[in-house]
Amino acid sequence: MPRAGLLDPQGQAVEHALKALEFQGVRDVRVGKSIAVAVEAQDAGAARDAVTAMCQRLLANPVTEDFDVSLEVRA
Amino acid sequence: MRVAVVRFPGSNCEAETAAAVEAAGAEAEIVWHRDASLGGADVVVLPGGFAYGDYLRAGAIARFSPIMSAVVAHARAGGPTLGICNGFQVLCEAGLLPGALMRNVGLRFLSRPVRVRVESTDTPFTSGYSEGAIVTMPIAHGEGRYVADAATLAAVVAGGQIVFRYAGENPNGSLEAIAGVSNPGRNVVGLMPHPERCASPLTGGTDGAGVFHSLMHQPGFAHGGAR
Repeated sequence: MPRAGLLDPQGQAVEHALKALEFQGVRDVRVGKSIAVAVEAQDAGAARDAVTAMCQRLLANPVTEDFDVSLEVRA
Repeated sequence: MRVAVVRFPGSNCEAETAAAVEAAGAEAEIVWHRDASLGGADVVVLPGGFAYGDYLRAGAIARFSPIMSAVVAHARAGGPTLGICNGFQVLCEAGLLPGALMRNVGLRFLSRPVRVRVESTDTPFTSGYSEGAIVTMPIAHGEGRYVADAATLAAVVAGGQIVFRYAGENPNGSLEAIAGVSNPGRNVVGLMPHPERCASPLTGGTDGAGVFHSLMHQPGFAHGGAR
């Protein structure tokens, strides 16, 4: 997601569009990315560590983006 | 004076950049992104375009191209390194320049001439300009808004690392109206406008030629050939 404090014009455009569609109570919209990585690992912790490292190295730009890792275990 | 112009898959300004380099009297070589070496080049330029389609983020994948090890080594050793537009984005992603480039504030891709002020002539790419000179160069970008966190921005301003600022009108919402910055060592410069597109009277302006002519005045290089 774009870091708080940075202008997100895409989010603003979406907010305006939602208001134009007459949705009520919309206060703020920020638009980010969802990246799905299927990774094989020893366990959930190792998988989370691997993907976190991927975010730090490539998937997110620390100057402009925050990231969050969520995990779904599949056998 | 040998200048390596790197071509990534998706770069589209490398030929024009090489032509501007040669018009200034230097020797240009286009270097493929998978090459391991810069071939002994004195100067490296990362040109404009859409390396890797701007996938993930502009410059995010290109910064890991094989040639970038040599580019980073060259830059860290003090070698003159220039990033134009997409090249500026690659240099920021590679950590060779502070800050980052984000989507233009108006969300539109902007393709038009803009006026920029030369804020610093203390770089290998601007030494031939007068400080404070207002020049006209075209921009062509959708993600040219310069951002940095407060501490970084303060350091850039205090360190005199702003090389170009948009003059009069800030087309994309860049913080401090930054159109170009340098690293603290002043050997790495990135700018969003395209000097190579206004380096010949044939293409509508010559204000950008100074970026390439400035190179020819670097100490240690014989200034030969017609200007």
